[in-house]
Amino acid sequence: MNLDDFINNMGEWLKGTGPNSDIVMSSRIRLARNLLDKPFPGKASKKEIVEILSVIEDAMHKIDYFKGSGFFKISELDNIGKQFLVERHLMSHDHSTNVEGRSVVVSEEEVLSVMINEEDHLRIQVMHSGFDLAGAWKIIDSIDSALSEELDFAYSPKWGYLTACPTNTGTAMRGSVMLHLPALVMTKQINKVLAAISKLNFASRGFYGEGTQASGNFYQISNQISLGQKEEDILQNINGLIRQIIEQEEQARQALLLQNKAMLEDKIFRSLGTLRSSRIISSQETVELLSMIRLGVDLDIVNDVGRKDINQLFIMIQPAHLQKIEKKKLSAADRDSRRASLIRKKLGGK
Amino acid sequence: MLCDICNKKKASVHLTEIVDGQMAELHLCEGCSKEKSVQMEQQFGLADLLAGLADFGKHQATPEETPLVCSNCNLSYEDFRKFGRLGCSNCYQTFEVHLAPLLKKIHGSNKHLGKKPLKVVVTSQNEEECVNANSLKQLLSDAIEREDFEDAAMLRDKIRELENEGGE
Repeated sequence: MNLDDFINNMGEWLKGTGPNSDIVMSSRIRLARNLLDKPFPGKASKKEIVEILSVIEDAMHKIDYFKGSGFFKISELDNIGKQFLVERHLMSHDHSTNVEGRSVVVSEEEVLSVMINEEDHLRIQVMHSGFDLAGAWKIIDSIDSALSEELDFAYSPKWGYLTACPTNTGTAMRGSVMLHLPALVMTKQINKVLAAISKLNFASRGFYGEGTQASGNFYQISNQISLGQKEEDILQNINGLIRQIIEQEEQARQALLLQNKAMLEDKIFRSLGTLRSSRIISSQETVELLSMIRLGVDLDIVNDVGRKDINQLFIMIQPAHLQKIEKKKLSAADRDSRRASLIRKKLGGK
Repeated sequence: MLCDICNKKKASVHLTEIVDGQMAELHLCEGCSKEKSVQMEQQFGLADLLAGLADFGKHQATPEETPLVCSNCNLSYEDFRKFGRLGCSNCYQTFEVHLAPLLKKIHGSNKHLGKKPLKVVVTSQNEEECVNANSLKQLLSDAIEREDFEDAAMLRDKIRELENEGGE
């Protein structure tokens, strides 16, 4: 598998299917694991890092789940290739820097990806479309168990899995759900919701990962606490919280339909009109307009565009994706014009 | 709109900054925004937060005290405070007195209740913990279940040894 194969096949998590897929884009679980007594990547020498990488990759080759997966050494990727994997949510921005001995392993359909030698020796991630943490847990749990038969993980009965950062110690698990909450934003209730989330020890991030502001009305909610609770209990707590947020968003959508239907339809159709006609467009503007169209699809106001196409556009309009599609380096101005043309094509514009 | 810092390129990143309780909006081009985010990270990172938590209510190390250093990876406790990252799994044992309260502050608990690996390697660190938690026997039955008889025999001997010691 090479990077160009990814262009024509978008990840499973963008399909727009699964439970509550009108409001929930995707569910993701990641586990951090380290090898016993080996220095963590931040402290390991170049030689040790390369050895650790080969021990882990050898173990993966013995496990069925990794058959057909792509193994990418970060040092062998060009800048566009690295950014491309970051844009697809398959690795962190940090992982694309300081590249010696680092790699990323990606399964078919991009359900599973593993960063090797990021902050921890292994960062295993499983992503599913829709609201399905239980499904994601089932997969990642068995992959982790299979890996633990081949590798000696750093684990203490008292403190659980030992990680480079003590904020991950214990289950070393982060479950997160990507929510699309345009109605809570439009009705100005989102800040109340976010304040409640942080009081309950959950974190909220934007669509484009750690450190990004919310854009396109997407909010990624995840647990902060990883020690002192079973994995299943942590996930159940997230589920309970997410269910309430979904309910709030549904109510806000109904309120908008009842009280401001004309305004809402106007906003949605203007967004569609702009994206179907523009010749030059920035990614920021695109994301805001796509969010409105996605809402239009959810509310049956727009019915000639599929949710899957919208979801995929959120990924494809990013700089490295545009350059991969065009197979060449593009200036910012060129990208704005290629972006507009890609969107027109995808949304049936002229 | 032009970038607030260089005033040359088009602003594509919009930041809201709160300084001394005052909210300010910044509109930056791609280049300047990257520099700005590095600056912000340097000003206030996770390491600072952790360091603040780690030393809460604790006395500062005096120069006469021997610095705490991990024998496996050579990370000093001072460096952990500076960078907020441990160097290897053995650091958890070396810095245990500091980490136990820190973990409790971060997570509200310092007792793992979740999953364990199919194969738990017995180290001097977790052997001691196992004895305290009286769970060497649990490890033994796990080893028997996965038919790892070599591990099982070693665990059986350790349990006998400990039980004899206790009887004396």
